[in-house]
Amino acid sequence: MTTTAHSPEETLVTATVDTPPTAPTADPVLTGAGTAPLVKRSGRGRKRVTDSLLPIAVFAALIGVWYAITYLVLDPGRRFLMPAPHTIITDALFDGPTMDKVLPALGRSIVVTFTGLAIAIVIGMVWAIAMSQSRPVERSLFPYAVALQCIPILALVPLIGFWFGYDFPSRVIVCVMISLFPIVSNTLFGIQSVDRGMHELFTLHNASRTTRLLKLELPAAMPAIFAGFRISAGLSVVGAIVGDLFFKQGDPGLGILLDNFRARLQGQELFLTIIVTAALGFAVFGLFGWLAKVAVGRWYDQSRDAG
Amino acid sequence: MSAPAPTAPSAVRSAVPKGHGDLVLRFRDVAKAFPDGTVALEGVDLDVRRGDFVTVVGPSGCGKSTLLRIASGLSPATSGTSQVDAKRIGYVFQDATLLPWRSVKKNVELLAELHGLSKTATHQAALDAIELVGLRGHEKKLPRALSGGMKMRASLARSLTLDPDLFLFDEPFGALDEITRERLNDELIRLFASKGFGALFITHSVSEAVYMSTKVLVMSGRPGHIVDTFEVPFGPDRTPELRFTPEFAELAGKVSHALREGHS
Repeated sequence: MTTTAHSPEETLVTATVDTPPTAPTADPVLTGAGTAPLVKRSGRGRKRVTDSLLPIAVFAALIGVWYAITYLVLDPGRRFLMPAPHTIITDALFDGPTMDKVLPALGRSIVVTFTGLAIAIVIGMVWAIAMSQSRPVERSLFPYAVALQCIPILALVPLIGFWFGYDFPSRVIVCVMISLFPIVSNTLFGIQSVDRGMHELFTLHNASRTTRLLKLELPAAMPAIFAGFRISAGLSVVGAIVGDLFFKQGDPGLGILLDNFRARLQGQELFLTIIVTAALGFAVFGLFGWLAKVAVGRWYDQSRDAG
Repeated sequence: MSAPAPTAPSAVRSAVPKGHGDLVLRFRDVAKAFPDGTVALEGVDLDVRRGDFVTVVGPSGCGKSTLLRIASGLSPATSGTSQVDAKRIGYVFQDATLLPWRSVKKNVELLAELHGLSKTATHQAALDAIELVGLRGHEKKLPRALSGGMKMRASLARSLTLDPDLFLFDEPFGALDEITRERLNDELIRLFASKGFGALFITHSVSEAVYMSTKVLVMSGRPGHIVDTFEVPFGPDRTPELRFTPEFAELAGKVSHALREGHS
């Protein structure tokens, strides 16, 4: 009993010996050698297998529940409400005419998502950098960033249509508005969190404002900025779908398709479009996670962000 | 709380190349009061010449670091004169303050970059400095892969690229283990002997103060002022054995005594 109680501690000790000699006294923001990675490392082997099996088991259970609802709860006439998983594959995914609608719509939604996100990144970073360089500018402009976040976007949608029409530009505007705030706030937070000692180092050597921004503030803020990009990327997908639902002129994106399939009671097609939309969300989120890793993963431990 | 003398504070800087024995830092009656009314320093007189290694030893919070901040110009004196006659100042902080996204070499190059040195000059200065502090072979490593002692070496190398006339050290080895600390003490003595800069070194370790310095100033807190001065008679060739000689013990004893007296 006592020996088993001690064994986790022992593995923890060996794990500590394994770790590279990062200084424990260093700035906690900069080194990621916290306790969480140690625990993870000590549990290699069987624990890792169960860790990856558990979500799969949950997935299998959910599919089981889904089938139960389709075949046990719904009577045959109402099965379009929740078509069986395999029929989504056979009747929608492998159905030529359906895919001829879904794939181009996916393409258009991707274009809207990335156009909106790109514009949001440019505006958001310029906005945040301007605020970080001058207190009066921050005082004057930050309330509007918060306001942007607080006003329900749906309240502005009619106005956007009124001003910009009911086509592609309005969809992009919704994307920009919905994904702007995380970029502004994360960039500003990142720049303002730069270590004071590093600022003093630059002050001592008479660094100009531009030099300080380019060599210190922006690089130091990169982890926060990329975290902002990742949140905004997810929101931008939401913006593209929401924008679609309201601005239906022009070629349909995924949002319009969702609404059409719903209206025509095409359950399989609707579910497939939902899955494609979700996959787009995952892919965009994953893309920015990967970009962050490429950009700052070398020196910044992102496991800190996760938890 | 006695009001500081009403002389206007002045900070003078000139840019003259220096030889051995030339004055690089002079404090006269320097006082510092913070806006909240705390008087951090009062009536501090201090001279550092090239070839001087002046150490200020005192308890935590006695205003030692404020001294360096005034000398470096990071924070102005409230009254008195602080005169710096150094073309360039090296400032080594207690934290290594390495930029975590830059490799060792890139970190060492930073100050030369900020001072607008040419690419080749920056590169060469960095290589020389890295060699001097014994970090050859670690140029490409990121700070996160370095031990505390190696980080400090990198930080030291970064200042060395500017070849400063005056070096300010703010408890640079305070966070290191004793063995690393003593080794770095020896390397700093060696650097000092070869470069001949003037140094103002802050520490709370009496042994470190006596071992490193040509002169030890004992400071006492609230408000911070210098209570005693000791000339250190040991020559520039110091070895770790020095710490175990009776002369060393005697001087360290005197400094410790002055520290306790000043503190009570």
